[in-house]
Amino acid sequence: MSTRQFGQPIKRNEDPRLLTGRALFTDDVQLAGMLHVAFLRSDLAHARIRSIDVDGARQSPGVAAVYTADDLGDYWQPGPLLVPPLPVEQIEFYQRTQVPLAKEKVCHAGEAVAMVVAESRYLAEDALDGIFVDYEPLDAVVDLGSALAEDAPLVHDDLGHNINARVTQAKGNWVQAEADADLIIRRRFSYDRGTAAAMENRGIVANWEEKSQHLTIWDTTQAPIAIRNGLAAMLGLSEHQVRVIAPFIGGGFGPKIMMFYPEEVLLAWATMQLGRPLKWIEDREENFYATTQERGQVHDARIALKEDGTVLGVKDVFLHDAGAYAPYGLTVPVSSQCTLLGPYVVPNYHSEFTSVFTNKPIVTPYRGAGRQHGVFVMERLLDIAAKELAIDPIEIRRKNYIQPEQFPYANDIVFQDFTQLIYDSGNYEPALDRALDLVGYEAFVREEQPKRRAAGERVGIGVVSYVEGTGIGPYEGARVTVESSGKISVATGIGTQGQGHYTSFAQVIADQIGVKVSDIHIVTGDTDLFYWGAGTFASRGAVVAGNAMHAAASKVREKILKVAGEKLEAAEEDLELIEGRVQVKGVPQTSISLGQLAVGANPMRGGVKPGTEPGLEATEYFGPERGATASGVHAVILRVDPDTFNLEIEKYVVVHDCGKVINPLILDGQIQGGVAQGIGNAFYEQLHFDENGALLNASLMDYLLPTALDVPNIVSDHVVTPSPLNPLGVKGAGEAGAIPVGALFAQAIDSAFGDIGLEVREIPLSPNRLFELVTEASAREMV
Amino acid sequence: MKPAAFDYHAPRTVEEALALLWNYGEDGKILAGGQSLVPTMNFRLTQPTALIDLNGIEGLFFLREDDDELRCGAMTRQREVERSALVKRIVPLLHETMPHIAHAQIRNRGTIGGSLAHADPTAELPALAIALDASMYVRSFTEARWISARDYYVGLFTTSMQPDEMLLEVAFPGLPAGSGWAFEEVARQKGNYAMCGAAAVVDLAEGGSVGNVTLVFLGVGEAPVEAEQAASLLVGEKPTAAAIRAASDAAAKLDIDPVGDIHAGPAFRRHLAGVLAERVLTKACERAAGHERQ
Repeated sequence: MSTRQFGQPIKRNEDPRLLTGRALFTDDVQLAGMLHVAFLRSDLAHARIRSIDVDGARQSPGVAAVYTADDLGDYWQPGPLLVPPLPVEQIEFYQRTQVPLAKEKVCHAGEAVAMVVAESRYLAEDALDGIFVDYEPLDAVVDLGSALAEDAPLVHDDLGHNINARVTQAKGNWVQAEADADLIIRRRFSYDRGTAAAMENRGIVANWEEKSQHLTIWDTTQAPIAIRNGLAAMLGLSEHQVRVIAPFIGGGFGPKIMMFYPEEVLLAWATMQLGRPLKWIEDREENFYATTQERGQVHDARIALKEDGTVLGVKDVFLHDAGAYAPYGLTVPVSSQCTLLGPYVVPNYHSEFTSVFTNKPIVTPYRGAGRQHGVFVMERLLDIAAKELAIDPIEIRRKNYIQPEQFPYANDIVFQDFTQLIYDSGNYEPALDRALDLVGYEAFVREEQPKRRAAGERVGIGVVSYVEGTGIGPYEGARVTVESSGKISVATGIGTQGQGHYTSFAQVIADQIGVKVSDIHIVTGDTDLFYWGAGTFASRGAVVAGNAMHAAASKVREKILKVAGEKLEAAEEDLELIEGRVQVKGVPQTSISLGQLAVGANPMRGGVKPGTEPGLEATEYFGPERGATASGVHAVILRVDPDTFNLEIEKYVVVHDCGKVINPLILDGQIQGGVAQGIGNAFYEQLHFDENGALLNASLMDYLLPTALDVPNIVSDHVVTPSPLNPLGVKGAGEAGAIPVGALFAQAIDSAFGDIGLEVREIPLSPNRLFELVTEASAREMV
Repeated sequence: MKPAAFDYHAPRTVEEALALLWNYGEDGKILAGGQSLVPTMNFRLTQPTALIDLNGIEGLFFLREDDDELRCGAMTRQREVERSALVKRIVPLLHETMPHIAHAQIRNRGTIGGSLAHADPTAELPALAIALDASMYVRSFTEARWISARDYYVGLFTTSMQPDEMLLEVAFPGLPAGSGWAFEEVARQKGNYAMCGAAAVVDLAEGGSVGNVTLVFLGVGEAPVEAEQAASLLVGEKPTAAAIRAASDAAAKLDIDPVGDIHAGPAFRRHLAGVLAERVLTKACERAAGHERQ
């Protein structure tokens, strides 16, 4: 018997190419006659455009074209709303989406005002100096709270206010919970902005071929099919005239599924105007303005509890920073709203949010996509309540966990995918126990911490729980083909940004067809090779595309068995697929290779039976009825230098449950990367905007990403609670590492400064901020 | 992030470079290791008419001992200084500080002269030059002069060199036996810009009281800041923990007036200055005492 591939820690098929520089990224595309694009971006966050003079730029050496909004004619349109408002009763929604080039005013720093096409990027940037924009500066909306003030400046004048949406969702009866409670805790929590800072910035190459009337786009997008469909519609082309290729991409993390970025719309249009291929590669400075960001929210939250720690209810009212435009609808704040409930029984919940427009770059989902905030608020409330009730913080969590027999567990509110928020499966206590064990909780709390504290050290421990809604619909597809070589080719519509799809998908298929993972060739993200699909987002690749792979491979397996049965004159149930051959069970002499079968399935002469389809090939689609809910526990021991307030992570543990695991090596990589981003978010990364909306740290000199020196080795383990919602039993794992880190750091830092009653209510932190918080807490303690 | 067009010159001799600099004046920029200049050119914050690249002038790459001094050519790579046994022997404080400068990859390319002349107030080498009482040898096409480090730094990214002058060499006096020294800094991440740093050099007088002390901060002003009031408090005192504590407090309270940035506000910088002053003074005094005992 061949060994099962699913579940094995197989090294990634794609890595040799990626590690030796032999993989195609967008900037590797070189076409004859290619021109280069640069954008003039506003230095001001909010200003009216009185006039734009581009004459100087047009006369600059090597310039082929300069465009402003007025040059676009009817092609100038605000972008589409990608996600419509949530189907709930209590909702107000005001749609404002980004435009290709600013026309009457600029609404955030870095918004594109003009586009220059030149023989090189150098010449294009030189020409930017020859464009003069006469701006009338306006006061900017920066702070979330003041965005709603009576006299606040307006991001969108015609709206008359800065509200993007107001949404209320509730279950049970909060008022009753409040009345029945022995204790109410109320706190204000804030979370500030960061940026995904993918290693590869965005980039686009667009090539209109006049003679073949065909447009090819290489794009660092997470959703090539949607880009093709949208561009074809905007440009008046058939979808078959447009091919979008999402080649290898150096990190997606969500911002690369935003669409349509102005650059996507503009390059596709301009290549048709000029009849020459165009390239734009976003530089790091542009990335800080022109690629979407996330995480600004302020919460006013209450929790109602019985004296024994039983949670009766939560009320949360929050503001969400949408940025200057909101093309992605309410996905982020709705995720915050839903994820707050976590792995806990919260019988009564009232959550209302106001999403506000600000003069800052656009906000769309970024790894975690609002889940961080929900987890932060709930975990902090539980920590504070535990302290108040003198209950162990672990016990208050254990006490309120949803129990295994309660699944599927309905939360009676609507999730970001518009289905009811129902957890499919889960088993939370084993993960908690394992994490406590791995981090050495008892020994640390009872012995080590008191001893080290007595020696003047500031050491703390944190343990937090979270859930992650993953693997949402609508659907993905896959086509699996046995080639005449006996190797397998596979295509799917989703794109790949480093997740190891070429390996994990191959593992799903290998078991069905009985071939080696290395004999399976996967193509992702080329719209000419797979027509239908949604994209790579919301931790859904393995769940949705993975199950489509499974379905297509099962179908191909059936076809193989059928034709092999005929050839070998054996019953299908007597056959097995082993190492690229079909054989009669236990009789290797009676066998035939997959290649021979594939050749036979594509006859060149003679007749076939009516209804015969050529080839050993199948295309199948999978769409789950709703998302699968993953969960996990993170635990940390960290040390704060009491003099410099720098942190040292001494131990970091993740115990995660994403159902069946396809490849534990890839899963650990996902977790490790997510934790790194979470650590950045919690302690290093923060976008600093001044009162005029200018970004003060738009470079990696001043925007601090965690480095290899700041990210510890992570001890990870898994609990497996399969999802009943898909045949593979898998759940998504893409965001799990990043989600609870803020809550974890806050708890551990509180623990390190327990004697002075420190209570962290904000993320991100920094040594400077910790110094301030500790100074304040110490002063309070002395009073 | 592409630089504006510029002319590029690769002179082979100092005289040739000085002639070019005299010719271009403020419009010419000297390219040493390029670790600060090139990024600012890519941001188009600097748009020189011409770059005068010193990397081909062999005479600027050297480390040698001369009359108890360390002589260091302006183009000597930071990594070479870090690894030099000569530097370790004559100016151990310089040796100890080098690993704090950015990352190894940057030190491979970055030069001593480039960092000293760039005059970044958060850089280690300018503060060290003052702490060690170094002298800069600068030349123009027509003149040559030595400038003491204390007179060399005049403000934010500004030295007392004229636009047609070039830093050729720096002389670090050797630390005499019996002196103690220390350097520490606090950065948000290893290799990143320091929020604050401090260098101390201490001599103990007969009987163990402090004879001379120099304490210099980086990151708390527009140039390196020498903590003179702290030093005057300590001179003549026995280097007890209390005396060092008092001097450190004075340094943080009286000698500096830091402004904040996004990484560290004024209060935190002051706090860090006090912490670092205490650490480096303590270590320097211990080392001085250790030497004395030998």
